[in-house]
Amino acid sequence: MPAEDPRTRQEILDATGAPIVMFDKVSLAFDDKVILREVSFTLIKGHTKIILGASGAGKSTVLKLILGLWKADGGVVWVNGERVDQMGEHDLMRVRTDLGMVFQEGALFDSLTVRENVGYKLWEELRWPDDKVNARVEEILGFVALSEHIDKMPSDLSGGQRRRVAIARAMAAKPRVLLYDEPTTGLDPITATTVDEEIVKLRDLEGVSSIVVTHQLRDAFYIATHSAERSNGGVRIVQADQEKSEEAEFIMLRDGLVCFEGPAGELRRSTDPYLKTFLS
Amino acid sequence: MLASINEWLKAAVLEVQEYVRLCAAAGRGMVTRPFYYRDMVEQFDQIGVGSLTVVLLTGLFTGAVLALQSGLTLDQFGARPFVGRLVSASMIKELGPVLTALMLAGRVGSGIAAELGSMMVAEQISALRALGTDPVRKLVVPRILAGTLMCPVLTVVSDFVGILGGWVIATSQLRVESGVYWTSVLEGLFWQDPWMGLIKPFFLGFAIVSIGCHVGLRTRGGTQGVGRATTNAVVAASVAVLAVDFFITRLLFTLMY
Repeated sequence: MPAEDPRTRQEILDATGAPIVMFDKVSLAFDDKVILREVSFTLIKGHTKIILGASGAGKSTVLKLILGLWKADGGVVWVNGERVDQMGEHDLMRVRTDLGMVFQEGALFDSLTVRENVGYKLWEELRWPDDKVNARVEEILGFVALSEHIDKMPSDLSGGQRRRVAIARAMAAKPRVLLYDEPTTGLDPITATTVDEEIVKLRDLEGVSSIVVTHQLRDAFYIATHSAERSNGGVRIVQADQEKSEEAEFIMLRDGLVCFEGPAGELRRSTDPYLKTFLS
Repeated sequence: MLASINEWLKAAVLEVQEYVRLCAAAGRGMVTRPFYYRDMVEQFDQIGVGSLTVVLLTGLFTGAVLALQSGLTLDQFGARPFVGRLVSASMIKELGPVLTALMLAGRVGSGIAAELGSMMVAEQISALRALGTDPVRKLVVPRILAGTLMCPVLTVVSDFVGILGGWVIATSQLRVESGVYWTSVLEGLFWQDPWMGLIKPFFLGFAIVSIGCHVGLRTRGGTQGVGRATTNAVVAASVAVLAVDFFITRLLFTLMY
């Protein structure tokens, strides 16, 4: 944060165009394997970053660094105005209250029902009373259209339903930032679209800033080029206008380096041979 | 050759360091908030009540076979009525604690390593942290408390049914009078013996569960990794039980006898 800015941290974060997540020359290596090499980017409030790259390019690592699950070797990571790269586990818990993460394959707790999974944080960490938790869980499951599955176990759900429950769990405590780790990998195109739509709805209707890590180009472009709007008491997914679709920025990682950063149109027009191979 | 020894030593030191850190974190988790009471109750039930059958059976048959074997040997000295003395001293001081602990290593140590290992490879542990929960407080502390406190309880149960098993054999096969057996059971014990039999299981229970948690939380490499972790947990916990038993026995002899 600039030192000369007279506003408080909260005021800066509440303003339009505030930087919610900032990577400044972040590097990480495991032994002699370099994962990230001086990676820098900024996620603006209410916008979407879509991180693309081949397997092992360090995409998921970015999310783990934001959550503080891993620590960077060099560089600075800011999340909601707090520097998380040097933070201890205890302080990180505070930062994580404003972050939601959807893990690859969902990472739902097998021994808990859908209701208990979605309400986990409200109930176990925020210690909300039961009726308030139930009301929020029902509301959120309605949002992802899974109300009738509330008392099922995760093993009774299909792959797509599990991802949607994972999204519901991540957003239950109304975080300002949602991180998606390969949310559609392994799903058929139709089911994948239902997951993409949830991501778009959360961004446009709930004002959540999101970072989506994926190698599924179809889904990446879908999220970037669509927007959600309320109409007649329901929700419609429509083609986004130029300005809206530019709010979704792509980052392409290659061997730990950012090799492209820009909106969907620019990515499509790129003449870089690696990008062209990736997109073809 | 030297390089591989070096690697092995580094890995071993790292393993010990991580184990000590986990124990320290669990220690902190026991005295500071938040506590997860429901998980504690669940673990006391799973580890304590859940292990009752296996401990009962092990104790009963161990006591019975002890009486059977020692009956024959004691006969050579015409000392058959002293069979109770032998059964109680062996069960209470050594076999009760060690066999109960070995059974727990097989049942509880492996279960914990498999459960936490699966959670680890399915990213559920990361999910817990992302949701603001410290996995040590939520998963490790309840298990360590339950293991440490339930192991002595189960040992007492095992001791008792072991002596009972000995009684069944003594009265039915060896034709020792019931009263003679019970008097002999009490006479065989010094006042320090029950204490020794009671103090040891606290350490053994702690060792089994903490090793299970440590191995489980360090699981890498998918389902294969979970299998490896489970095996490692049982092997390490069983060896630890015998080693800890020896050192604690040695220490208690110095302190009490």
